[in-house]
Amino acid sequence: MGDLVSVEDLHVTFDTPTGEVAAVRGIDLTVAAGECVAIVGESGSGKSVTARTLVGLAGRDARIRAARLELAGTDVRAHRPRDWRQVRGRVAGLVLQDALVSLDPLRTVGAEIAEVLATHEIVRRSERAGRVGHLLDLVHVPEPQRRARQHPHQLSGGLRQRALIASALAGEPALLIADEPTTALDVTVQAQILALLAERRAAGLSLLLISHDLAVVAQIADRVLVMRDGRVVEQGPTERLLRAPEHPYTRQLLDAVPSASSRGRRLSATTGPARTALPARPEVRRGDTVLTATGLTKRYGDHTVVRDVGFTIGRGETLGLVGESGSGKSTVARIVAGLLEPDEGTVAFERTPWTSVAERTRRPLRRQLQVISQDPLGSFDPRWNVQRVIAENLDPDISRADRTDHVVELLHRVGLDRNLLGRHPRALSGGQRQRVAIARAIATRPSLIICDEPVSALDVSVQAQVLDLLADLRAADGTALLFISHDLGVVHHLADRVLVMADGAVVEQGPVGDVFTYPRHDYTRSLLAALPALVTTGRP
Amino acid sequence: MGRPPLRSVLRRVAAGVVVLWVAATTAYLALLAAPGDTVDTLIGDGVDTPQIRADIIAEWGLDRPAVVQYLDYLWRLVHGDLGRSYLLQRPVAEVIGEQLAPTLILSVAAATLGVLLALIIAVVTAGDRRPWLRRLSSGTELLLVSTPSFLIGLVLLSVLSFRFGLFPVAGGADLRALVLPTITLALPIAGLLAQVLRDGVDRALDEPFVLTARSRGLTERVVLARHALRHALLPAVTLAGWLFGTLLGGAVIIEQVFGRPGLGQVTLNAVTSKDMPVVLAVVTLSAAVYVVVNTAADLVSLVIDPRLRRS
Repeated sequence: MGDLVSVEDLHVTFDTPTGEVAAVRGIDLTVAAGECVAIVGESGSGKSVTARTLVGLAGRDARIRAARLELAGTDVRAHRPRDWRQVRGRVAGLVLQDALVSLDPLRTVGAEIAEVLATHEIVRRSERAGRVGHLLDLVHVPEPQRRARQHPHQLSGGLRQRALIASALAGEPALLIADEPTTALDVTVQAQILALLAERRAAGLSLLLISHDLAVVAQIADRVLVMRDGRVVEQGPTERLLRAPEHPYTRQLLDAVPSASSRGRRLSATTGPARTALPARPEVRRGDTVLTATGLTKRYGDHTVVRDVGFTIGRGETLGLVGESGSGKSTVARIVAGLLEPDEGTVAFERTPWTSVAERTRRPLRRQLQVISQDPLGSFDPRWNVQRVIAENLDPDISRADRTDHVVELLHRVGLDRNLLGRHPRALSGGQRQRVAIARAIATRPSLIICDEPVSALDVSVQAQVLDLLADLRAADGTALLFISHDLGVVHHLADRVLVMADGAVVEQGPVGDVFTYPRHDYTRSLLAALPALVTTGRP
Repeated sequence: MGRPPLRSVLRRVAAGVVVLWVAATTAYLALLAAPGDTVDTLIGDGVDTPQIRADIIAEWGLDRPAVVQYLDYLWRLVHGDLGRSYLLQRPVAEVIGEQLAPTLILSVAAATLGVLLALIIAVVTAGDRRPWLRRLSSGTELLLVSTPSFLIGLVLLSVLSFRFGLFPVAGGADLRALVLPTITLALPIAGLLAQVLRDGVDRALDEPFVLTARSRGLTERVVLARHALRHALLPAVTLAGWLFGTLLGGAVIIEQVFGRPGLGQVTLNAVTSKDMPVVLAVVTLSAAVYVVVNTAADLVSLVIDPRLRRS
């Protein structure tokens, strides 16, 4: 039996108004029956385009050229739309990132799965409902008949992703292409979805995994291809690639993964911004407390989302706050930011009452507390350019003539050039946006920055640069960080102390080394167990 | 497709009743504040003596305090009694009832045609399959939206009726007379709705769920009809509800252009002669149509988008 996917010298270019852009520049790819192959790379590396080309969905402007492009032994280079429709869902199924937007939000998940059954006439109309239930059962969705009648927004992230996988499996394809299938998920749910994919593969399915995260695909892939700028820079069996990477770029990707062992060293290869420490502010008193929270409780109706949460953040300290979605960590962040009143408990910021006070009394201290969010795009006015975004946070006393100089200086501190001054947020890359958000935050010289999942939306290598930047700024300015993340590796890399939240309550807290090395609570243990670890021992 | 919960339906109906009350009251107050004496209006060109004046005041209850008159007006309105026309000396309900049908037929016909045209245009020109057709279409839409409807009516009349004699120039007798006014009113609606719909379809086509749908082997037509169009309908339904309300206003002018019977003539006469009960009735009726159509639009949105049903 031949290979399920057989690709030689694939080129994909796009016609754009500014000329041709090459996304894939001559790659070879094979997937044998029952094999799991992963393509790893950053955004723009061409990995998703490669995956979509295999089902003829690279896009209308795409020009595809290949010495060989075969699916299940059939040459698909001359396929017309009608031929492609026979391939899609039947020969190869496609699973995308977040099922909240990858399943039609207006239709029930059952209807989405049944659509595949109807299109390819898998079963008779009368048997469709039964088959939908069977498929949901196959991907371990409990109460399949009830879930089939629900819409994506009524399901949890994990169940949604399972339903999406069920819809891709409905046409009984031999190959499943999964493009970042676990990227939007919590670490424990991610582990479950990976286990599900591994289980399907054991049942004979071939898998092509696409991801920016080597650690994730390494869990189940037989072989890994590392892509960069449309080319495969290195490929080989997963174990060999992790243990003895040959290409510098693969090594760079591996180094960029934050974890316990990466504490104290730089993650990115790029040189960081100059550690130009600003002159110490007179009010900085090392060793004292920036923020104290006691007995925070927040209820919505009879649902308690935060229950008796208390902690302190010392000056210049980084407190990690970990937990899965729904654990209440973002609610805590909003209370600490003074955006939400707790039902019980108090927060004191810089020894001043911060809760149950009028906004008027908070306002003088507002500049001392800044927030960096996961999606900076949403926190920028889309009509403002970079200069205006950052200048808004400058001290109002700074004269108009000096403001541009101050903005440029802040841009330099976050490693950006002054030629971005006139750019609008949409025209920036994800990493650049997050740097601008950081520049805006440090413009007020705050004593505390709340970072709410600041690197979750970024590629591993860009994430590494942003984490390095935060570490540098913290060292230079003595700014305290409340660092919220679902990624334990990131927290372990950066935080001094950590707070673990589950179901609205703090289940464990302490120095990051202690908590992650000797977890006392079962929940912390399960989080750590789900963490995709890179087996890279023996690597120099 | 689930049914919207009873509670959100009730909330919308209650909001509609409030809007109706505000409209009826505002119209009442506006007419009260308008210059001129009601008795003068009622006498019109008739004999004017103190005795006749006193009789009129007694007959219409004009000597009662304003608040009592207002409450009486509301009470009768709730029972469907719109009062008597000062001018025609007939029940207002009768006057409007006679003229309502032609206007309603014209409005519904125009709305239906407009929506159908918009749907066809949007589906045919959405996406990037036929860029030239798309450019042509959006240009035409812009022209239609920005042209006053009476001008469209006059152009249609002069070409199709006067030049080629395909349709009658005036009158409301038969179905053929309905064609030109319907097209006249429908074209701007079609232009506006088509733009909104196409924009919605274009945005939906960029969404990941469309990529997923295509990856199932669906034809492009099914992707459009079953997935993208439904998302585009949401803003269009809200807009369509509002457009139908403006249709009534538009009909008043178009009825004049095409010499059709209908509410247009009645309203014009009532306003110029200060026939208060008729004006009030027309205002309240328009508000009622707005409320009914927009409530219906809200309910349709609930049916289309399950995410709106969360209470």
